[in-house]
Amino acid sequence: MATILAVDDSASMRQMVSFTLKGAGYTVVEAVDGVDALNKAQTQSFDCVVTDVNMPNKDGITLIADLRKLPKYKFTPMLMLTTESGMDKKQAGKAAGATGWIVKPFNPDQLLKTIKKVLG
Amino acid sequence: MSIDMAQFHQVFFEESFEGLEAMESGLLNLDMGDVDDEEINTIFRAAHSIKGGSGTFGFTAVSDFTHVMETLLDEMRDGRRQITQPAVDVLLGSVDCLKEMLTAIQDEQDIDEGQVSEYQKALETELNGGEQSSVAEQPVAEVVADETVTALDVGAGWKISFSPHAHMLKTGNDPVRMFRELSELGELKSTIDFQGVPDFYDLDPENCHLSWSLELLGEVNEDEINEIFDWVEDECDLAIQSLSRSDESSEQVQTEPEEATDKSDTVAQPKEESSPANTEKTADKVEKQATAKAKKDTKPAAKGSSSIRVDTGKIDILINMVGELVITQSMLSLVGENFELNNLDQLKNGLSQLERHTRELQESVMNIRMLPISFVFSRFPRLVHDLSTKLDKKIELVMVGENTEVDKTVVELLSDPLVHLVRNSLDHGIEMPADRVAAGKPEMGTITLEAYHRGGQIVIEVKDDGKGLNKDVLRQKAIEKGLIDEDTVLTDKQTYELIFMAGFSTAAELSDISGRGVGMDVVRRNIQSLGGNIEIISELGKGSTIAIHLPLTLAILDGQSIAVGDERFIIPLGSIVESINIKKEMINRVAGKGETFRLRDEYLPIVRMHEIFDVKTAKATKLTDGLVVVVDGQGMRCGLFIDDLLGQQQVVIKSLEANYRKVEGVSGATILGDGSVALILDIPGLVRLSNQ
Amino acid sequence: MAEQVENNETEQYDEQKKLENQVQFLSFTLGDEEYGVDILSVQEIRSWEPVSRIPNVPSYEKGVVNLRGAIVPIVDLRERFGLGHLAYSPLTVVVVLQIESQEGQNRTMGVVVDSVSDVIDVEKKTIQSAPNFGTKVSTEFINGLASVNERMVMLLDVEKLLKLDGLDDENES
Repeated sequence: MATILAVDDSASMRQMVSFTLKGAGYTVVEAVDGVDALNKAQTQSFDCVVTDVNMPNKDGITLIADLRKLPKYKFTPMLMLTTESGMDKKQAGKAAGATGWIVKPFNPDQLLKTIKKVLG
Repeated sequence: MSIDMAQFHQVFFEESFEGLEAMESGLLNLDMGDVDDEEINTIFRAAHSIKGGSGTFGFTAVSDFTHVMETLLDEMRDGRRQITQPAVDVLLGSVDCLKEMLTAIQDEQDIDEGQVSEYQKALETELNGGEQSSVAEQPVAEVVADETVTALDVGAGWKISFSPHAHMLKTGNDPVRMFRELSELGELKSTIDFQGVPDFYDLDPENCHLSWSLELLGEVNEDEINEIFDWVEDECDLAIQSLSRSDESSEQVQTEPEEATDKSDTVAQPKEESSPANTEKTADKVEKQATAKAKKDTKPAAKGSSSIRVDTGKIDILINMVGELVITQSMLSLVGENFELNNLDQLKNGLSQLERHTRELQESVMNIRMLPISFVFSRFPRLVHDLSTKLDKKIELVMVGENTEVDKTVVELLSDPLVHLVRNSLDHGIEMPADRVAAGKPEMGTITLEAYHRGGQIVIEVKDDGKGLNKDVLRQKAIEKGLIDEDTVLTDKQTYELIFMAGFSTAAELSDISGRGVGMDVVRRNIQSLGGNIEIISELGKGSTIAIHLPLTLAILDGQSIAVGDERFIIPLGSIVESINIKKEMINRVAGKGETFRLRDEYLPIVRMHEIFDVKTAKATKLTDGLVVVVDGQGMRCGLFIDDLLGQQQVVIKSLEANYRKVEGVSGATILGDGSVALILDIPGLVRLSNQ
Repeated sequence: MAEQVENNETEQYDEQKKLENQVQFLSFTLGDEEYGVDILSVQEIRSWEPVSRIPNVPSYEKGVVNLRGAIVPIVDLRERFGLGHLAYSPLTVVVVLQIESQEGQNRTMGVVVDSVSDVIDVEKKTIQSAPNFGTKVSTEFINGLASVNERMVMLLDVEKLLKLDGLDDENES
């Protein structure tokens, strides 16, 4: 089953995402911010990345841009978790290489559906 | 699949409260003249997180409320809005309101709707009334160029032409995904178009050169199709045509997504109340909050006591040590299995290794329980800010040594006494600005909270540059209350310490600020029960300093074991200055002070252990026959007259009071290697005892 | 068959009724008098071991011992009740009592007695209230009197017993 990197500085969100995805059989690795995520991405391999945008140390969009520079993540699906008001964030995210987004607040089912969409 | 979100609630509450703390201290630290970008970003992120989490977990009221705060903060961090003190004050009040909302939800109580809507109004007023251009009150509705679509356009199906741009794959978007989704909506037929594929040698495998003509048959809503291509709007050319109307020119070509950047100017209608009245009301509210908060202050502390955050580095160290311990244990096991006298050295080695590892392990574990005292100090900026505003005094809070680490239990028990002391300084210590100026002092009073380690103890000082204590007034008051006699002689220090006597403060004086029923006597007793002490230094007109001394850890002590007759005592190693054999010439009897001995240039009192502790089996009764250990207890020195010095060891402090009682001069007990109980001496207490 | 079953049931019923109406006490002697403490408050019974003295406490508080890592005070009940001290020997018994204080914490204390007798069952309704005369022991510690096999056993209030002078006072001057 696929391995997913879940990035969010909010522990409760991280746990919820992690729990939801694990429940569906995915392997999940958590990261607390962009720096943590980048480190983990370099030493491990992920089939998909789900990241919050607003985080300290390195935000989600910068993270996605950095990940795209790594050969192994050129084509990996990367999803941003963003609030509806962040229209400009979506554009910036896409420009950085994000595959798509999931709008917050979301419920676990929406998350699973979207992940299934990109991972097949 | 339905997941029970409730399991994440507790974590959400915890991190939200933390976020609110961060917001509060961030807001308090904001310097209007020179805004720290990182600071305002942190505050924004905290609000954003709470909004996101509360929305996800279904706490709509919180989410809606926080949204307004977030909008305000977003503008501030973007530079679109100037940061003003009134705005910060409203935000501070909103933080309090949020705290209450979350607490209510967590306790399954009702939210104070009235308060919430009041604060919400205040926030909205700030949003609208501030120096600002058009502000979008509501979240910007996602405007997709859908307006031209008639949603009822469901015919036999659709014709879709899909040409990804070359780089579409590089965002991780795979056409296969879209086709899969389309085929879930209806019957999909696709025709691939190779025209865009360049010559082999110009081919870049990472680019997408293909395009497709698709036919989707079925009763499908155009919206659904658009949704599938939502993410790649900018990265492809998409044309959707209804099959039933293929002859009409109702093509909806989506090349540029119409991002309607004109935010809907649906600014919430300015409230009827005029601005001044509103701000007055909120200022009032802020005040009420301060006192309400005062009452609720004990709650957060209580919640924190059941768990502890530990740096994972500390845990790693612990794991390593346990590993080493296991190795040493196996080694000793081996030696013990077929023990011969030849192996004695090995055994000794093993045992000394064991001792070392155990000690290291112990230190590491104790270290885990250590928290920086900033945990206690963190509530004070707000406290000082609110109370100084309420009292119309100008007071600055300086905190030093916040990183000083202290045992977790000490942190928990220190909080309330410190609050009481700081309030005292605020209320009775620092003078009104006018009075200060008249006395030639700066208008702004300063309260300093300082923490540092010294001599195996942690010292926390509350200093103010206020009016100081008036010895005569104190003395007079004590006489009036019958606490001392008219002719009692007291040193300055003892006079100041009259404050600690029960019954010193009357109900009339215990103002709302300093709190009812929490007298200085209770504060001192609390501190003493922790094995610590509290003292006051003051100078009339200049200010006062209250120093709290506490043992660094409540559980382990480096001790010097001593013998008095058959009995064993432990002196905290940190209190020992030196030990000497007394010669007759050094002894001096001072009238009214008992025995003293001369040490370099001072005369120190002698405390005869065998007398104080009534040890009948004492070997030495003549001072020249035994040993004198010079000890220091919070600045007071004396010589303990004992029989012998035994070994030094680390002892585990056991409470005497748990099952028994507090004994003056004794801070606890420990169990020695032979199973017997030795009393641990409380040096300051001993000195006090001997003075009686 | 049916009758037997019925009998068993009534027996069980009776047993249960008995339990509800009874209290169990550990009885011990001090001098020529017999006392009892609720068996539920008895943690263990030990023989006398040397204690570590605590200075400046009443003489009936003998000191403290290490009881599996906890510091437990030992009180001589004879001296506490003014019955005079009896020399300790290996036969001297210490009854370790434990109660839960108001704050929910457990307090443990050992009391030195002459000897332990046995565990007695007493029916609650046969317990008489302590008469206000002539007993050597201050009646403040006595919950009631029980009569067992023609002996009079004075039932002690363990909570009061464990409360040492000046311990729970808030205002120590």
